[in-house]
Amino acid sequence: MITFSDRQLKIPKMQQPVYLVTGGMSQFARAFPNKRTEELCIDALTEAAEFINMTPAQLKKYIHTCYYGHFADHFGDQLLGEAVIHDRLGLDPLGNIGIKTGGATGGSTLWEAYKTVASGYSDCALAMGWERMDEVPTDEGNNLISCAADKDWETPMGHIYTGYYAVMAQKYWQVFGKEEDSFRKTLAEIAVKNRGYARMNPHAQGPKKITVDDVLNSPVVAYPLLALDCCLMSVGAACGILADEKTAYEMTDNPLQIDVTAASHTLRVADRRNMEIPLLPNERPGQYDDLGQRFPGGDRYPGFTGFLAARMAVYYAYNMCGIKDPTDDLDLVELHDAFTISDIQTYEDIGIRPYGEGRTYVESGDCYHTNPHTGEPGKLPSNICGGLIGCMHAVGATGIMQVVEVGQHIWNRWGEMHGDEAKWERFGKQKPDDWTNLQVEGAKRGLAISHAGVGSHVTCTIVQHPKHVLERGD
Amino acid sequence: MGEYNFASKEEDEKRGKVRVVNNRYKPSGIFHYISANTPIKNEEGKLMGVTNPRDMTYIHSYGGEGVFFEGLGKGKLLASKCENPDCEETGSIFMPFRIHCPDCLRKNTVVDITDRAKDNATVHSFMITERTGAFNTLPTPIKFVNVEFEGVCTILMGALIRGEPAIGLKVRPIFKTNNPEYIITDILWVPADWPESDLPEDYTSG
Repeated sequence: MITFSDRQLKIPKMQQPVYLVTGGMSQFARAFPNKRTEELCIDALTEAAEFINMTPAQLKKYIHTCYYGHFADHFGDQLLGEAVIHDRLGLDPLGNIGIKTGGATGGSTLWEAYKTVASGYSDCALAMGWERMDEVPTDEGNNLISCAADKDWETPMGHIYTGYYAVMAQKYWQVFGKEEDSFRKTLAEIAVKNRGYARMNPHAQGPKKITVDDVLNSPVVAYPLLALDCCLMSVGAACGILADEKTAYEMTDNPLQIDVTAASHTLRVADRRNMEIPLLPNERPGQYDDLGQRFPGGDRYPGFTGFLAARMAVYYAYNMCGIKDPTDDLDLVELHDAFTISDIQTYEDIGIRPYGEGRTYVESGDCYHTNPHTGEPGKLPSNICGGLIGCMHAVGATGIMQVVEVGQHIWNRWGEMHGDEAKWERFGKQKPDDWTNLQVEGAKRGLAISHAGVGSHVTCTIVQHPKHVLERGD
Repeated sequence: MGEYNFASKEEDEKRGKVRVVNNRYKPSGIFHYISANTPIKNEEGKLMGVTNPRDMTYIHSYGGEGVFFEGLGKGKLLASKCENPDCEETGSIFMPFRIHCPDCLRKNTVVDITDRAKDNATVHSFMITERTGAFNTLPTPIKFVNVEFEGVCTILMGALIRGEPAIGLKVRPIFKTNNPEYIITDILWVPADWPESDLPEDYTSG
């Protein structure tokens, strides 16, 4: 039973508040044979500039430090890919650095930019992330991704990262899902929801109007995971501009307060050791004492069924930002739905539901923009952009795209950014006849989770409207 | 093993090999083959890019884990144990083998858990997949199993090469004692009652 010290569990305390000034993103697709990565990054930065009525040149004058999230440079056969992008963005002589934390790279890039502004080193920082996974054949891509596992103990087994990951899905499926058809159907509903929301997002790679049966009839990848349960592999870029209060209000009338935290857990699932469940503000001591009785096999924590890094990232974030209960205090979330089942695991890790009860977040209708059971707004809509399943997973960009999406709801500009006919046309797409504005009405606070692989790194970003900032715990 | 695009025996013999002499690497042979770049064009003949062929052989040190990988070829499953009396987690046995205790960072002691694995190993979780990445050598579908051992605080990942996986299934290790490759697939798993007469080529119970 391992434990953590009080110093390790200290709630972060920042020197000054940090603001999200603007953000932007490129189109996302499986491949862009006609575009270099720098073109996608320039698309993202241009969108961010135009969002606050600046030219890219005007926006660049404010930036003082640059963080670049790019996970898999071995895909591109280009070391220092970050320096290539920095050069093409024309951001000399600014200090810049590359960030790599697997699937959490986007969130980690924001984490670094956040800290540099909070510390006072920079008034304004760029967090730009991208990924380019289309320039090798799929089987070689699978091998390159599997290199993010332990190269001696895991990679030689199949050279397929899904294999190292899906054993956790299998355990959750049997222990907490009890192998029930109804649970399998709930998983499918997440896939239907996220692909459906992606239809309203011109940036999205994987929009699909599908049914639960379509998901259930899709090919088996690794049971219980079916093809339509899995996220996309994408190319694209996203960026966020962070600034201190004075600078932020010089750049725009309407910046949003932002906080980012991070946590980690073992790189190999194999190395997870037993511990007590760290509790969040909305949980009480003893709450999980009977978890193993209610769910036989579920008494090992985090075992193969929880993500400690997700739990600890929100532990730091909720306590720092004064969030007592995520469902009450937040208006929307963007979660790392790499697979439908890991999405459910995350609901529990981040305290939207207690451990073992994640499925009820979907079954209650709370996770929808509009609750399908009541026709009323969902209590805590999730992944309105379509998530990783419907919108994209361009690894280094993903965590940044999520935060830009949350921001656009709080800015009350989601409809403008997703409904613009010219954007649909520019991306070579037909805007659906039934296009619906999925703006979460009155959104004041939101959260985004950025998650690496089997849970080695997770970040939590909280975005709040400055007039509705909760009383801080730090 | 599987039907894959293996190099010919002649190519393999020319492929780079490495010795260590006086604690220095001494490579010999061919470590990469060079092929020409080729253009990528669209249907109208417009140049979109080029292919960049790459063929490399990495040289990798096992360091303090060498004893584990050498043990597999001898039919031994070697774990490591923290014996630092001042460590909060003293007595922890690690499989995967860890050179140092993750808590106190003192060097662990090597312990042989072969018998424990033969007598008391069960499947904690599993998954079956037809998908693989380039360079895979395991036959498909691959049946991944996560194996728990009594008294060991971690859970080893491996592949079940015979039978069907299930949570709680009793399993036993088999080892590539003939022609070992000194990689993690030198240990595979079969159901505990699987007959010795039906093991993959080169594998034995150790």
